[in-house]
Amino acid sequence: MRAACQKTAEAQHERSSMTLREIIETLHATVILNKVGNNVVVERGRAADLMSDVLARIKPGALLLTGLTTPQSIYTAEMADAVVVCYVRGKKPGEETLRLAEKKKMVLISTSLPMYESCGRLYQRGLKGGSET
Amino acid sequence: MNESVVSQTVSTAARTQELVYELKVEQVMDRHVITVTPENTLEDVRGLLREHGISGMPVMEGEGLVGVVSMQDVVQSLVEGRDKEPVKRWMSLNPVTLYADELLIHGVQKFDRYRYGRFPVIDRETRNLVGILTKGNLIRGLLRRLEADFEEQEIRRYRPSDWFSELDSDETSVGLRYFVQGSDFQRAGEASSKMKQNLRKLGIPPEAARRITIASYEAEMNMVIFTEGGQLITSIEPAKVTVTALDRGPGIPDVELAMKPGYSTAPDWVRELGFGAGMGLPNIKNCSDEMKLESKVGEGTNLQFAVFI
Repeated sequence: MRAACQKTAEAQHERSSMTLREIIETLHATVILNKVGNNVVVERGRAADLMSDVLARIKPGALLLTGLTTPQSIYTAEMADAVVVCYVRGKKPGEETLRLAEKKKMVLISTSLPMYESCGRLYQRGLKGGSET
Repeated sequence: MNESVVSQTVSTAARTQELVYELKVEQVMDRHVITVTPENTLEDVRGLLREHGISGMPVMEGEGLVGVVSMQDVVQSLVEGRDKEPVKRWMSLNPVTLYADELLIHGVQKFDRYRYGRFPVIDRETRNLVGILTKGNLIRGLLRRLEADFEEQEIRRYRPSDWFSELDSDETSVGLRYFVQGSDFQRAGEASSKMKQNLRKLGIPPEAARRITIASYEAEMNMVIFTEGGQLITSIEPAKVTVTALDRGPGIPDVELAMKPGYSTAPDWVRELGFGAGMGLPNIKNCSDEMKLESKVGEGTNLQFAVFI
């Protein structure tokens, strides 16, 4: 019954972006920090543990999936105009990273899923990557 | 309240009024709609209301909108001990809806006229349910837009082409200098972060600011990883932003090799921090319109890159 009840209206439409709320649902993610609300729209996804790889291709409005929890994960997201950082494999950022994210009003979530599955689930829901139009 | 606060409040109110004539319902509605079927019970509805922190929801039969059920119905059904009954006995039929492409003012008028807490939003052509509009969505949407307007105004105030032209000189540039500490990983990125905020404040277009600061961030990381420290010097001119990254050594022995994607001399601990994959210099080159790299072993490196605006 639940599944039928919660069918979202937008699933009826072809689209490539996702709201934060849908991403959280899809990844069974927990919210670490969010000062902007669950209706933030993410245009595409980007996943890497190497920050230079992220910076080489990322487009604005992205979700950054990474296993790296240093302050540089936040700086990288900021430079690249990413809107959400999702730590995979259940990783949680330290104090320093949290403080920085708070200052930058970055949204942080965490999922216990590994990188591959996180990407797979989001892609299945229609979230495109950086090389797609 | 002093006069300027009053006049500002009045102008914000006027702007809010304008906005409801500018924005469309689809720009502020919630696209994530929780729905029930006519066969669900009021008890189900109660669970969903609580779980999602909402006060009502559309009732859908297949793809078709057939009614709306609200907190009031749930409360009344509890009072009468009839909460095991199906939604179809309780829902309001022929719900008042809004079209996604309607102006927000129509939504505001409907809230006034009908005193409902929410209106299902449907697509004018397909008649499919595409969202829901509550008073909360409406207020949040307006606030979001006001905030964006405000930021835009702040930026416009500083538009470089404006104030540059007011400065009488043969050539005008504005400089921002940042000092970078070698091996200070906690703060690696801070200089480029500050630079980015300032470039935005100065009215540099977002895409140009983004490219120059991605390049600057890579240069900053190189400085932290490989050198004893240095400076990032940003020069803003009417048509371009140039960053000069100057460090005090050790210098790059083979510049051509260092420019090759994937080539890196970084130790493993640097890779664990997410850098040192040999993409730094190639990234800087890709992000900038001009790049110049000079290095002398034992002395230091002078890296310059620019983005046209």
